[in-house]
Amino acid sequence: MFRFLIKRLAIMLLTLWGVLTISFGLIHLAPGDPLSPMTEFNPKITPEFRERLIKMYGLDKPLHERYLRWLKGVITLDFGVSFSIDQRPVWDKIKERLPITILINSLALVIILLISIPVGVYSAVHAGTLRDRLITIFTLLGYSMPSFWFALLLMMLFGVKLGLLPISGLHSSVGYEEMSFFEKILDWAKHLIMPLLVATFGGIAGIARYVRNSMVEVLESDFILFARAKGLPERKVLYRHALRNALLPLITILGLSLPGLIGGSVIFESIFGIPGVGQLMWQAVLSRDYPVILANLVLVSVLTLLGNFLADIGYALADPRIRTGGRT
Amino acid sequence: MLKALISHRTGFFSFLFLIILFLSALFGPYLYPVSPFEIHVQKILLPPSLEHPLGTDLLGRDVLARILYGARISLQVSFVAVGLSLVLGVSLGAIAGYYGGLVDQIICRIIDMFLCFPTIFLILAVIAYLEPSLTNIMIVIGLTSWMGVARLVRAEILSLKEREFVLSARLYGASSARIILRHLLPNAVAPILVSASLGMGHAILIESALSFLGIGVQPPTPSWGNMLIEGKETLEVAWWLSLFPGLAILLTVLALTLLSEALQDILNPKRK
Repeated sequence: MFRFLIKRLAIMLLTLWGVLTISFGLIHLAPGDPLSPMTEFNPKITPEFRERLIKMYGLDKPLHERYLRWLKGVITLDFGVSFSIDQRPVWDKIKERLPITILINSLALVIILLISIPVGVYSAVHAGTLRDRLITIFTLLGYSMPSFWFALLLMMLFGVKLGLLPISGLHSSVGYEEMSFFEKILDWAKHLIMPLLVATFGGIAGIARYVRNSMVEVLESDFILFARAKGLPERKVLYRHALRNALLPLITILGLSLPGLIGGSVIFESIFGIPGVGQLMWQAVLSRDYPVILANLVLVSVLTLLGNFLADIGYALADPRIRTGGRT
Repeated sequence: MLKALISHRTGFFSFLFLIILFLSALFGPYLYPVSPFEIHVQKILLPPSLEHPLGTDLLGRDVLARILYGARISLQVSFVAVGLSLVLGVSLGAIAGYYGGLVDQIICRIIDMFLCFPTIFLILAVIAYLEPSLTNIMIVIGLTSWMGVARLVRAEILSLKEREFVLSARLYGASSARIILRHLLPNAVAPILVSASLGMGHAILIESALSFLGIGVQPPTPSWGNMLIEGKETLEVAWWLSLFPGLAILLTVLALTLLSEALQDILNPKRK
């Protein structure tokens, strides 16, 4: 296990380095210098100020020096200063938004698992029946649903027509301070229902479909036949023998689906006005705030990388075949 | 394969739907000669009627004409983006699978690195440095979605390259390029088609999401995504502006997903 860990860790660090280098390449190989969109059309910026900016961002240095400087900056979480009017350090801006995005995505992940696994198992056990077909139709719809349109439909139904749920923000803006603790929780929950529906819909469909197919496959295998022949009760066959084997690869699938989940934050945070990292990214792209864009890109990729690493470890803990070899 | 597709019920209907969509995107302006750009101040936000089957928008433009025009955009994006990702994915996957060793290791690591970026974030970052034009969006989607195909082709070639027919071709003195192109890749065509069909749906979803966020296809050019911006603004008064463009996206992506499912069934009859 120890050797496995070291190897995985080494691969992760290598991938991390690659991710950072690709991100660096993005800005510095793109045509034009990163300052031009900020300064070109802005008459207030004098040539002297531009000089100062170039010095400040180290753009007068040769490429390899900038590269090392950038790597050092990332490691010390120093991403420079935002191009926006407030000119705050980029890390400060991200730091206050990161918990919100992580909270929503973790909640979404838990909800996805809680719903998709039972649905997938149910569908597999009833494979071929009408119920299975209905679930399949639902999962295919989930695959194909544009999440932002789903968000619009929810807003139209629950926000506008029925007036049940607030359509924007994380909590009420009026009277929030006077609420008691429980009222605050309730207020948050109400604001989070629609964003969570949007965040989980596609994931539930995808994972349920995966669990179903994996379960169907396992149920056809010899050891299940054997367990049944032995006279084990069906419940035991399903949950002790089949489900365990069907769910193993799910750990990897979850790791792989993290980028999609986090990427979805851009969409539902922008639509529902949730002050998370996704909304920050969107605003930064619209205003071409390059330091913020780059820092965001790096951070979400590192989060994904960490998630994948944990999934790898989890898989090895759950399945001894992995850590003793066989896979490179 | 086409024959098998016709006898597969859902596969047939999704294929038919896509053909009709393709033809109406191509010939729509002749069959339904209404301008998607012309502004009519006196016809603002008309609900669906005989004259305007899907209603009119905030500037009095005909929604059906705009959806037909948007179909062109979506199909164009899906073809070009998937074409690009196939070229990249197939060649990198084939090289990795065929040569193995260090080359394979390096390509696999590069794939892992690209898989770490949440696609939307990567695309947004690149678009921010370029102009948000249709061409750039197609290229960027293509450049960020080749990894799946690469893995698939690599696995396929790995499993085939030690087989007898490859060895005999090599004995006859066929070059590596010839072996890859003539002997190995044709065996991988089917799974590539499956993933291309899924990839086209994915490209349409990403383009429409970007356009909806204001970072994709720019008005006045109509795309299904940017039509929904108006839909959001008029949520309370004009349901047809939110419903129809979204339905167009959903149905098209659903047809592509079902098509890829059908192809998979046909290729792998054991699958249920």
